[in-house]
Amino acid sequence: MALIKAKNLVKDYRVGEVLIRAINGVSFEIEEASFVSFVGPSGSGKTTLLNLIGCLDSPTEGNLFVAGEDVKKLDRRQGALFRSKNIGFIFQDFNLIPVLTVYENIEYPLIMVLNIPAKERKERIMKLLDAVGMLGQENKYPDQLSGGQKQRVAIARALVTNPKLVLADEPTANLDHKTAYTVIELMKKMQDEFKTTFIFSTHDQKIVGEAEIIYTLEDGQIVDMKEGKGRGN
Amino acid sequence: MGNLFKIAIRNLRRYSRRTMLTLSLITIGVTFVLVFAGVSGSFKDMMIGQITDSMLGHIQIHRKGYLASIDSLPLTMNMKPQVVKKLEGIFKQIPDIEAYSPRIKFGAMFSSFTQTTNIRLNGVYPEMEMKTLPLLASRISKGAKGIKKGEIIIPELFARGMKINVGDTVVVIATNKDGSVNGKQLRVSGIIESATGPGGRDGYVHIEDAMEILRMEEMEISEIAIRLKNFQKFHDVHNHLSNILSNEKNKQGKPMFEAHTWERLSPFYNIARMIDMMSIFIKVMLIAIVLISVMNVMIMAVYERIREIGTIAAIGTLPGKILSMFVVEGFLLGITGAIAGNILGTAIIYVLKLFRITFDFGRQKGLMLSPSVGMTDILLISLIVSIVAVLGSLQPAFKASRMEPIKALRHV
Repeated sequence: MALIKAKNLVKDYRVGEVLIRAINGVSFEIEEASFVSFVGPSGSGKTTLLNLIGCLDSPTEGNLFVAGEDVKKLDRRQGALFRSKNIGFIFQDFNLIPVLTVYENIEYPLIMVLNIPAKERKERIMKLLDAVGMLGQENKYPDQLSGGQKQRVAIARALVTNPKLVLADEPTANLDHKTAYTVIELMKKMQDEFKTTFIFSTHDQKIVGEAEIIYTLEDGQIVDMKEGKGRGN
Repeated sequence: MGNLFKIAIRNLRRYSRRTMLTLSLITIGVTFVLVFAGVSGSFKDMMIGQITDSMLGHIQIHRKGYLASIDSLPLTMNMKPQVVKKLEGIFKQIPDIEAYSPRIKFGAMFSSFTQTTNIRLNGVYPEMEMKTLPLLASRISKGAKGIKKGEIIIPELFARGMKINVGDTVVVIATNKDGSVNGKQLRVSGIIESATGPGGRDGYVHIEDAMEILRMEEMEISEIAIRLKNFQKFHDVHNHLSNILSNEKNKQGKPMFEAHTWERLSPFYNIARMIDMMSIFIKVMLIAIVLISVMNVMIMAVYERIREIGTIAAIGTLPGKILSMFVVEGFLLGITGAIAGNILGTAIIYVLKLFRITFDFGRQKGLMLSPSVGMTDILLISLIVSIVAVLGSLQPAFKASRMEPIKALRHV
């Protein structure tokens, strides 16, 4: 069953008096528990597409359904509630909250967004800390962690709400190749373990092959779709 | 809620220098307001106490129209004994009245046999007057603290100017309401310090001597000074008394009496009001300090944390919660500054008290300043500062809560 259905998706931006078409008639479907990558050069529309899928932005034209929800119909508050329950985010710059420890960063969505009871919070966080290999580091602050460790924490934070979908925009852009590869491996492991759909964007050709399905974007259009080595592994 | 406070405290500690500067500003403001309120309040209370407890009483009752002509002390506007008796009956029904003192006020010639001058005198029942004005005795600098028949207490200025001492004999000559003149020899039993305000340079005689000098066949009273058990209730008692007295009409159907509080009787009331106005003005300045400093620091905080706001909004934090996060920060700044300011202000007031600072007010010398600050003041100032701090953080907090996550995440 398709978790995401996009049909003739268009997104226009106005910069001053110039209208820029960032996404131009894109259609695709992404199945549940898949590991998908959007690749393409800078300005090809990867981030815009992820923002639309993540309900952070609304399409100008076309239809987009995420987990059965028509994204266009969500207002600001409904969008926030939908994201909190269905979507996890991993950012290029990790975007951990600097005043919170590793444990508290992972706990944040549970406590400030979903109001999960303390016992259940602890269980979920410890399980994820173990899964991302950060057990024993939970009392450290983000500035005491390496880039790879920060991204591990960000992955745990994205998964802690048990979302159907995790979106990662250039999650390895600020990491060295070895760490980047480890992070992608970790995301893949999490996808296997938690049956969560992972969609990530990248322009790093070396890691893109780890995805099951690879969409190539150019000038706001999908120009290619192929299977990666993640498929069937 | 606890997590909002935890995050707010950590964010405030994160920019510790800026937080400390803002806190210092609020603390200094609160301290200044508290010390000013303590000192000015002490000065005001002391002066009101001096005026009401040594001269005026809390409330005075006169025959209607007497106060308008009080400078000439008209004997024709005195109250007859049956009227006074009626008033005494009314006083007994009001439990808030602690004491009252009927007075015959009159102007007279005052002679030491070698020199003569004019004097304003109060004929009083000494015991009733002392109960109504408990500080009156402390103003008597020389001689007996009371007064007996055949005696007079004269103001210090007269004693010094006319070289009169306690025990000397003087003559008081007055014109009664019919126009005839009468005199009486009196012995100076005491010398009273002058005080600022109406009646501050009056002498005192026994009420029966006043009757004799004025050749009154029956006691006709110029005014009745009233002391209340609780000074704070003087407005309530005055209103109550005025309502009762308004029912007492003369033959023309007009009110017979007028009741006035010390505020109407003493020009110091205007000074007291000015002190209150200054106090309000200083509180407004404090509000401005807190508002501007908190708003400034919160605007900076929002600007510096735009990407963080974008992140938490993307995660699904509702706008109301984002708003709360920043409002709590502002509130914490305000309440912490208020607490620090209250502690510092109270300490300064305590030190000022230890120094036993004295000052002069008019001819009253060596009045000791006893600054104090009540819990009401502390709570009120803390409440004002907290509310203003919240108000100051509302605009930046609202801006943060309305940020589009996508734009906030793009912010560099």
